[in-house]
Amino acid sequence: MAKIKGAVVVNVERCKGCDLCVVACPTHVLALQPKEVNNRGYHFAYMQNPESCIACQSCALVCPDACIEVYRVQE
Amino acid sequence: MELNDIIKPENRVYQKPRLLNDNHMHYCPGCSHGVVHKIIAELIEEMGLEDKAIGIAPVGCAVFAYNYIDIDWIEAAHGRAPAIATAVKRLQPTKMVFTYQGDGDLAAIGTCETIHAANRGENIVIIFINNGIYGMTGGQMAPTTLLGMKTATTPYGRRVDLNGYPLRISELVAAVDGSCYVTRQSVHTPAAVRKAKSAIKKAFENSMAGKGTSLVEIVSTCNSGWKKSPADSNKWMVENMFAKYPMGDLKNV
Ligand SMILES: Cc1ncc(C[n+]2csc(CCOP(=O)(O)OP(=O)(O)O)c2C)c(N)n1
Ligand code: SF4
Ligand code: SF4
Repeated sequence: MAKIKGAVVVNVERCKGCDLCVVACPTHVLALQPKEVNNRGYHFAYMQNPESCIACQSCALVCPDACIEVYRVQE
Repeated sequence: MELNDIIKPENRVYQKPRLLNDNHMHYCPGCSHGVVHKIIAELIEEMGLEDKAIGIAPVGCAVFAYNYIDIDWIEAAHGRAPAIATAVKRLQPTKMVFTYQGDGDLAAIGTCETIHAANRGENIVIIFINNGIYGMTGGQMAPTTLLGMKTATTPYGRRVDLNGYPLRISELVAAVDGSCYVTRQSVHTPAAVRKAKSAIKKAFENSMAGKGTSLVEIVSTCNSGWKKSPADSNKWMVENMFAKYPMGDLKNV
């Protein structure tokens, strides 16, 4: 069976660290940076568990600032 | 497979819509306004309405909507967006004219303009962001504020004897003969975002087809005004707002 591999790219400077993508992700890929912040002082989102991404786009759909690009490959 | 092999332009399945420009949106982190802006920008692009869409911006947190979506806009005085939209659509009937309004703008000072535009069956779309509060001015009670809900002007909670009942605008607009499509949606989950997008699409199509007034209410959060995190605001909205403002179509003719 074809396996889906996904990945997201977060626009770090646009991200406001609202956490809604983290909550929306069904496979717990995303987290907010615990220490690092962007130019505006926000703890931006990043892929903590990149291997679990299934490219479902849930995070991108709920993001209020359209910070997330989603990539999808069928292995 | 390495990330480098996945993150390539040919594998991209979702990105920021082109019409949502690179300006930093001033909304609080997690505010529903951003999600609705994003789906409006996507739809205008997908429906090829870039040169036809004219938005009427409100007074409220969305006052700068014209800075973020690259189409033609007019900024209305507080609550008057449906009156401006009426004029624009009558003068330029081939354009797709929509208003974007909060509940303080639409359901308080602008109730008259809203009901009468819908009753006249103006071929416009009204996008109504109902977050139950005046966000921009610091979280005062709106006509839509729930009973018991604490705001800056109802610090002990909204009371019927003092403040009256929460106003359900969509029910009022659905009741007048000029409206063709009235629906209540939300944008708190991926599925809800997809549904809200199809609802706004149908409304935009109605404006182009001259079917009458369409109103899409988006039950929204104002996490700053509600004094909760964005995720907790979504939960609170589902548990409290949805009882008074149930999801779904109220009218579709
Ligand atoms: C004529 C007039 N009256 C009052 C105001 C003050 N005012 C600015 S925004 C606003 C309400 C905003 O609330 P809402 O429409 O719900 O939008 P939100 O900020 O929650 O998105 C008010 C009362 C004004 N700008 N103009
Ligand atoms: S695309 Fe889906 S699986 Fe991947 S990070 Fe976003 S929500 Fe999680
Ligand atoms: S005050 Fe409320 S409505 Fe305004 S931007 Fe902040 S969260 Fe959004």
